[in-house]
Amino acid sequence: MPEDILMEIKRDYVLSKLRDGERIDGRRLDEIRPIEIQTGLIAKAEGSALVKLGNTMVVAGVKMQPGEPFPDTPDQGIIITNAELVPLASPTFEPGPPDENAIELARVVDRGIRHSGAVDLSKLCIEEGEKVWMIFIDIWALDDDGNLMDASALAAIAALLNTTVPAERFELGNNFPLPVRDLPVAVTSLVFEDKILVDPCRDELSIGKNTITITTDQNDNIVSIQKSGPFLLSEKMFDELIDLSIVKAREVRELLREV
Amino acid sequence: MPKRINPLKGDLMEEIKLIVDGKRLDGRSFDELRPIKIEAGVLKRADGSCYLEMGKNKVVAAVYGPREVHPKHLEDPSMAIVRYRYSMAPFSVEERKRPGPDRRSIEISKVSREALEPVIMKELFPRSAIDIFVEVLQADAGSRTACLNAASVALVDAGIPMRGMVTSVAVAMVDGVLVLDPMKEEDYYGEADIPFAFLIRNGKIESITLLQMDGRVTAEELRQALQLAKKGAMQIYQLQREAIMRKYIREEEVVE
Repeated sequence: MPEDILMEIKRDYVLSKLRDGERIDGRRLDEIRPIEIQTGLIAKAEGSALVKLGNTMVVAGVKMQPGEPFPDTPDQGIIITNAELVPLASPTFEPGPPDENAIELARVVDRGIRHSGAVDLSKLCIEEGEKVWMIFIDIWALDDDGNLMDASALAAIAALLNTTVPAERFELGNNFPLPVRDLPVAVTSLVFEDKILVDPCRDELSIGKNTITITTDQNDNIVSIQKSGPFLLSEKMFDELIDLSIVKAREVRELLREV
Repeated sequence: MPKRINPLKGDLMEEIKLIVDGKRLDGRSFDELRPIKIEAGVLKRADGSCYLEMGKNKVVAAVYGPREVHPKHLEDPSMAIVRYRYSMAPFSVEERKRPGPDRRSIEISKVSREALEPVIMKELFPRSAIDIFVEVLQADAGSRTACLNAASVALVDAGIPMRGMVTSVAVAMVDGVLVLDPMKEEDYYGEADIPFAFLIRNGKIESITLLQMDGRVTAEELRQALQLAKKGAMQIYQLQREAIMRKYIREEEVVE
């Protein structure tokens, strides 16, 4: 209950600022929080990245091993994405198997990577129909100050950029860097009436967890969209969100290029 | 371009064309829906129900409530809670699906619930639950849209007050063109799949309640997809209305 009252107060504060077109942390409506990307911090993983998006913090690790391909893609590697909202990251996360939020998070990140063709899966075939490389991307939330989605998507692609295929360990020739050929970037916005708040922080989400995530590739194509939250979206907002997400993703992609 | 394999047979079909002479594999034009059949009030025990066919999709929806909330701690003192369970029968697809929720159905249940929640007048029923169950008996691409269409008819059938009707349809990008209401082959081989749901009130599309997308489209194509989906949704909406009216005419006859 004290949590509820606190949320109520935060909500009023966020709304009063928003009426003047301002955000509680002084950002512009379309301003993303400062981003920090650190890669290769987990030596035991084939690739890893820690991403800080403001106070939100996520670590992603990539593990790889040979496995059987899917019957409908006998000559392609496999990507499996999982996300855990571990209880250390927020007082509202509970231990146990992934809930619908964790599943949605993992699946939206997965679609961004998959449909942008970020990883050249045809280069991960070992023996057609028999053996291919399996890529496991595991996303671990460490601190949830809002918008785990974008932080996770960023951590996932940064970890992939940092990945070395461990061929030697499995006696399959020389190690080689994972062939990454696109940089998908997810941009999540909070929709409130006729306002769009890019990269909402946790306190801002007290006015409603109504978000849209749009992921674009480096050619500005849209590769994934997810409306999340019980709200009505107008056509006008739909239009604005598309253009805004493309522009904001370009900014983030510049940071990713430096990784 | 990955090799195309027939998802139904497992054969290699490298050069399958999805559009031939401006027509789709099943003879439809780009902006044509699959045949739709809707019947309201098909289940005796449920408070509201609906059977719906959309092409080869066959789905049943049931609504229970407003009723007491179990478990109790989920209760909301200010409004009803809405629960939505999308489930696929093991025999609904080519290869047997293990019964029970998988990651895909959990995600579909979440976004579908969120598509209906802002339309249901939850505030009228504090401390109660409105449960929506949809079962896919046969699936053929677009099952989440078929289920949402059935669920909204079932909600009306259950007498749940709503701000309007929810109508859902997908648009796909296949061989470079946008097509309405994709079937299995188009969904599987297509470049993009974009399911939409709309709130339709007083015969007009007011807003988007469900929006997902995966694949690859330009911003311009996405805008065109929305227009195509709106066109399809208006047709489905008419069929939903007719199904509800038929149910009430039937009931009148019984009373006489």
